[in-house]
Amino acid sequence: MDIFVQQVVSGLATGGIYGSLALALVMIYQATDVVNYAQGEMAMFSTYLAWTLINAGLPYWVAFAATLAIAFVGGLAIERVVIRPVENAPVLTIVIVCIGLLVILNSLAGWVYSYIQKPFPSPFPEKPIRIGNVFFGAHDLGALGVTLVVLLSLYVFFRYTTLGLAMRAAAQNPVSSRLCGIRVGWMLAVGWGLAALVGAVAGMMVAPVVFLDPNMMAGILIYAFASATLGGFTSPGGAVLGGLIVGVIENLVGTYVRFIGTELKLTVALAVILVVLVAKPSGLFGRAAVHRV
Amino acid sequence: MSGAGLRRAVVLAAVVVACVLPFALSNFRLFQFTQVFIYAIALLGLNILTGFNGQISLGHGAFYAVGAYTTAIMIDKWNVPYGWTIPVAGLLCLVVGFLFGIPALRLEGLYLALATFALALAIPQILKYFEHWTGGSQGIVLSKPRAPFGLTLNPDQWLYFVTLGVLLVLFVLAANLLSRRTGRAIVAIRDNPIAAQAMGVNNALYKSLTFGVSAAYTGVAGALSAVAIAFVAPDTFNVFLSITFLVGIVIGGLASISGAVFGALFIQFVPNWAQDISKAAPWAIYGIFLITFMYAMPRGIAGSLRLVLGRLARLSGGTRRVA
Repeated sequence: MDIFVQQVVSGLATGGIYGSLALALVMIYQATDVVNYAQGEMAMFSTYLAWTLINAGLPYWVAFAATLAIAFVGGLAIERVVIRPVENAPVLTIVIVCIGLLVILNSLAGWVYSYIQKPFPSPFPEKPIRIGNVFFGAHDLGALGVTLVVLLSLYVFFRYTTLGLAMRAAAQNPVSSRLCGIRVGWMLAVGWGLAALVGAVAGMMVAPVVFLDPNMMAGILIYAFASATLGGFTSPGGAVLGGLIVGVIENLVGTYVRFIGTELKLTVALAVILVVLVAKPSGLFGRAAVHRV
Repeated sequence: MSGAGLRRAVVLAAVVVACVLPFALSNFRLFQFTQVFIYAIALLGLNILTGFNGQISLGHGAFYAVGAYTTAIMIDKWNVPYGWTIPVAGLLCLVVGFLFGIPALRLEGLYLALATFALALAIPQILKYFEHWTGGSQGIVLSKPRAPFGLTLNPDQWLYFVTLGVLLVLFVLAANLLSRRTGRAIVAIRDNPIAAQAMGVNNALYKSLTFGVSAAYTGVAGALSAVAIAFVAPDTFNVFLSITFLVGIVIGGLASISGAVFGALFIQFVPNWAQDISKAAPWAIYGIFLITFMYAMPRGIAGSLRLVLGRLARLSGGTRRVA
């Protein structure tokens, strides 16, 4: 039972990370109908920047905040420069451009920082926290906390600020929003910036666990895809919940199902994606896609 | 000379050059060209699916792996002559691809890309898991076949001709398939599925069949690569292999048969040159080419060449042809 509780909590912690990355994917998908394959690499790159800042002697939380700012500007710039020219292009074009972005960021990180794994500091104490008979990793709890704070602030931002409202309007009905004086193009760019910011948080929270290396996000991106698919690509809350569910499933399956263990973890994600897409393509909380004939 | 005549002449010249090459190049260069032919077959497979039929696959490395492992296991475990393993690998991939194509029917555009992307990421793990068959991370080591019938060719030259032969057969088959009724149906589904359905095309059947044929091509390429490299290991079939294929068809030319050859030349030789700059450089170049081609040359090298050739033919007073 103790092991079970421990696994669930640690599953929630990784699930929170999957959830934030999934949320980043969903934010971009809702605003621009693009599934951003480069989301994971953007997060990875931001994490490397954080590593550079910390190594330059900045205290952790200062570096954290600075990284978020850089990630935001970077995401915004990528939308303006790379995505905007193909905004209305066919799906294939957009997928290819995103894959191109993935490849560029990946190789750039390899070029600048080499492919050798680097340790990344955790801001939380190493000593596990004991509650009753159960030990929880302090980083797990901390990461879960940080993720929840980020999600809550995003919720507040979208629900209670004018800019958040304008962004939702731009995503929902670009034409009417433009008539109301909302600069739709910029709203989309800000959406990319925010998504990059959320991704950077996910990257910095997961790096102490998986170590920093240019390919560290590949597996996590697939889990984020699985989470977003499970929760529904049209539902931000669903994506986060999907992340938590996928994180817990991953941990429980890895612990209790002998033949899967850790060796087939990615296959579990693939199975989740396929099953959801075939059985309920809109996910648990998403809207079914409607096509105009 | 008319556009079609010119094109035929160019193809013929290319085949003649390809037949002379083995006697002019070192074994290492020759091996590189064998690899180009193998890539070209795989790219043609992916192009049939993505370029002509409009189903996006980011996971064709998986079918390449299935083909390679089918051949490797048959040779290693059952001592089957390699010549027989290649059609078996193709058939197996045809079936696997067809079956994967059925759930793929329900997935459009982005979602299909997503599912196949996940497949590409998962395949090395799956290969390692069935250690008993696949030899786990160690992979399977094979031996290079010798030339039969007392031909005085060394193994590299022999493999080169085998691959070239398979390539030519498969290219002719694909050209015939795509230029006729079936091909028109395949393209119609890409351009307007509803109209295609209304014209009496059985979308579901054609889409899954296209998936199967595409997988079979890529599987044959994988099988040939197992024979040529004489080694298979799970980590060579990672997600970047699938992305390499995507790079190949984009640069060669989407929805173009000859584009597969240009794409294959690109993905074989450009990374080699770029490697001298930095280990990461080939991928940086891939990425930049992917994006620039999408902006500037969306029809790839083949499309741009066709444009130029068409203009030349028209300038020289040839008959007007719609490519």
